[in-house]
Amino acid sequence: MTHPSDTGPAPVLALEDISKSFGAVRALRDVSLRLFPGEVHALAGENGAGKSTLIKTLAGVHRPDAGRVLLDGEPVVFHGPGDARDAGIAVIYQEPTLFPDLSIAENIFMGRQPRRAFGRIDHRATRAATEALMRRLGVDLDPDRPARGLSIADQQIVEIAKALSFEARVLVMDEPTAALTGSEVARLFGVVRTLRDQGAAVLFISHRLEEIFQICRRVTTLRDGGLISSEPLDGMTEDDLVRRMVGRDLDELYPKQDVTAGEVALSVKRLTREGVFTDISFEVRRGEIVGLAGLVGAGRTEVARAVFGIDRWDAGGVEVDGRALTNGAPSTAMAAGLALVPEDRRAQGLVMGMSIERNIGLTGLRTTVRAGLMDRGAERSRSLDWAVRLQVKYSRIADAVSTLSGGNQQKVVLAKWLATGPGVLIVDEPTRGIDVGTKAEVHRLLSQLAADGVAVLMISSDLPEILGMADRVLVMHEGRLTAEIPRAEATEETVMAAATGRAAA
Amino acid sequence: MTVTAPESAPAAELPPSSGTRLVDRVFKMRELAILVVFLVMIAVTQAGNSEFLSEQGIKDLLLNATILVLVATGQSLVVITRNVDLSVGSTLGISAFAAGTYLHGGGNPVVAIVLAVLLGVGCGLLNGLLVSLGQVPALVVTLGTLYIIRGVDSIWVGSRQITAADLPGGFVDFGSGGVSAVPWLALIALAVLVATAYYLKHFGSGRESYALGSNPEAARLAGIPVRKRILTAYTFCGALAGLAGALYLARFGNVDSGTGNGYELTVVSAVVVGGVVFTGGSGSVYGAALGALLLTSINSVLPALGVSSVWVLAINGVLLLLAIAVDRIVALRVATALKKSTAKRPAGDGARRPAPEKGSSRNA
Repeated sequence: MTHPSDTGPAPVLALEDISKSFGAVRALRDVSLRLFPGEVHALAGENGAGKSTLIKTLAGVHRPDAGRVLLDGEPVVFHGPGDARDAGIAVIYQEPTLFPDLSIAENIFMGRQPRRAFGRIDHRATRAATEALMRRLGVDLDPDRPARGLSIADQQIVEIAKALSFEARVLVMDEPTAALTGSEVARLFGVVRTLRDQGAAVLFISHRLEEIFQICRRVTTLRDGGLISSEPLDGMTEDDLVRRMVGRDLDELYPKQDVTAGEVALSVKRLTREGVFTDISFEVRRGEIVGLAGLVGAGRTEVARAVFGIDRWDAGGVEVDGRALTNGAPSTAMAAGLALVPEDRRAQGLVMGMSIERNIGLTGLRTTVRAGLMDRGAERSRSLDWAVRLQVKYSRIADAVSTLSGGNQQKVVLAKWLATGPGVLIVDEPTRGIDVGTKAEVHRLLSQLAADGVAVLMISSDLPEILGMADRVLVMHEGRLTAEIPRAEATEETVMAAATGRAAA
Repeated sequence: MTVTAPESAPAAELPPSSGTRLVDRVFKMRELAILVVFLVMIAVTQAGNSEFLSEQGIKDLLLNATILVLVATGQSLVVITRNVDLSVGSTLGISAFAAGTYLHGGGNPVVAIVLAVLLGVGCGLLNGLLVSLGQVPALVVTLGTLYIIRGVDSIWVGSRQITAADLPGGFVDFGSGGVSAVPWLALIALAVLVATAYYLKHFGSGRESYALGSNPEAARLAGIPVRKRILTAYTFCGALAGLAGALYLARFGNVDSGTGNGYELTVVSAVVVGGVVFTGGSGSVYGAALGALLLTSINSVLPALGVSSVWVLAINGVLLLLAIAVDRIVALRVATALKKSTAKRPAGDGARRPAPEKGSSRNA
């Protein structure tokens, strides 16, 4: 397939009128998709639009209820992920799927290791092949290193190496950039372009619209499980795309209200945790949204964890409304009116198997109590109240949160903490992996909270979000606070300069 | 003892790969540590009682460990896949009695051993099918089969008993004989152990068992036949429990309906003390075998030192907790080391001065 795609080569992979239901939920309705060699194709849609189901159908995880999958024009049926892989389809999931205890080389070649006589694994060849892949990708990762502890960017490199190792013809990437910094995204895109130029078909999913325009040629949009359009991106604007995804014009993405800052609510003084962050001092006033920017690994999350008392600090102190917090005691932080919405909602923010009601209720276990026993009625009404106020989309409040889409899960985490009526709210990557519609809602909510007098500290790797929402921007670089930039002076250049340590603060 | 090792290890290393090498070392160290504890214990005992390491003494040590090593090897395979088999004691008991009954009726010893293994395979298949198809936690499933197999055993055996007098002389001799101080049974266990370790390291399905235990969801997505691997692990574990039953018969010559009762907990202890991580994906059968050797040797060491054997259980418990504590500390240190080795290379950003940081990497 050496022809450029506009002369009309056959699609390498096509879905025809695919439908898939889970119980009463119709996740996909008559969706078609055609992937051409040498082309990056975007799949757009809000959370819950059916993107993940579509990918899992391609990957052989789900079998469609109706419709056909065509590979090189021939109908195929995937009985499992192995079949899809053997057909040359590689999927890089949002959640990394590595084996933490095994080496990088083993992760890449699991199930397909080079063999010696009698079916024994050729460990040396496996290692050499891994080294070759790493050279091809231009990265420096030791093949013998276990996957445990790799950064998300490096985990994705391992996943891509895996796809390269079996010469995948179709590469599906489900929000690969959600947790990456700018330079990591650039590196990833370099790799994707190379693969594309070598004739691979790439299906790319991202909530960052500018990335779609940057790297993709065509876009297929889904809404509520149905196909909206499949068309070239040429001549489309971001607004056009958003309208297709959301089905209406989107209100402003960053609805920041101007609020006069009140007195200091959160005061962090010379906070130090050895080897993690050093000498961090800042204040957040009532009504203010303070952005905390920096590269992944700069120590932002760690500062938030220490402030909230999850990790201990070695020096310095934290005050809320002038009262000092106890080192390493989240319960006193909560009692002082501090709330932390963590970065990883699946692992830290939610109990995935528990109901929406119970998850929101978790922060009220001390307050929704009658005669020493849980008041289930009060818990339910408290949870319902917040679920409605945040417009969580669910069928029943007793459903497990694992059944919700990512954006709605994030709303549940927010509801859980807002229900405590915090005076200081720390949000860590509040919109990571969330569709634009929900993102705007979260932003409006944060802005409203600030207007109501809550002090908000917002950690984010999404630069437009920081610039659009924050009254002041703090920037961290390698464990130190390198800059404090007022809203008027904050630009991508000033923030990135401080984040990469290029400029003196 | 092992706790200090990770600290000193990186000093001798060059920064770029210190993370990897350190991890390698620590995991080898984990087995080495048990070996050291074992050798120190033996040395101390020998110093206190010079009779301890006589030819017969060594033989007893090895004989005592053999049965546990076999069952622990099988159990390791199951634990590596993030499961557990609690029915091994029952399987051992019923296999031993079946082999004994067959031999009592004038059967061939080799056939008797094969019979015991096949019975074990049957029990293992039952466990494997229930766990892999039922999507029920292995702990509960195998607790159920523990009672079922024991119950069937009790109904069948009743108050009967097999004694050495019922067995052919050659079989009993085989149970206690050997090459000088090394018993035949120990050689069998060693052969099984080496073969299993080789299989786990060098065969695709062996590595897939580790992968499965390390991240079951990823294993499924990688197209690993998850159910088949679990079934294989349980079948293998059952087979070794069955073999252990036959060897138990040969060694002790005395089997009734209570044989192997409560053995599963000793087996699990040996596996965990040996560094096979209970949440799967990590550890080796050699470690489990060393754990088994350590636990059984305490039984011989205490009497030799004139300490009452009532202490054995408590000491086993302490060893178990110690092993878990060491694992935890090592895991934390390894995590720190890995993070540091990643931090040294600015994550995912090759363009940003990779070289100059080498000098500052030892700032723990």
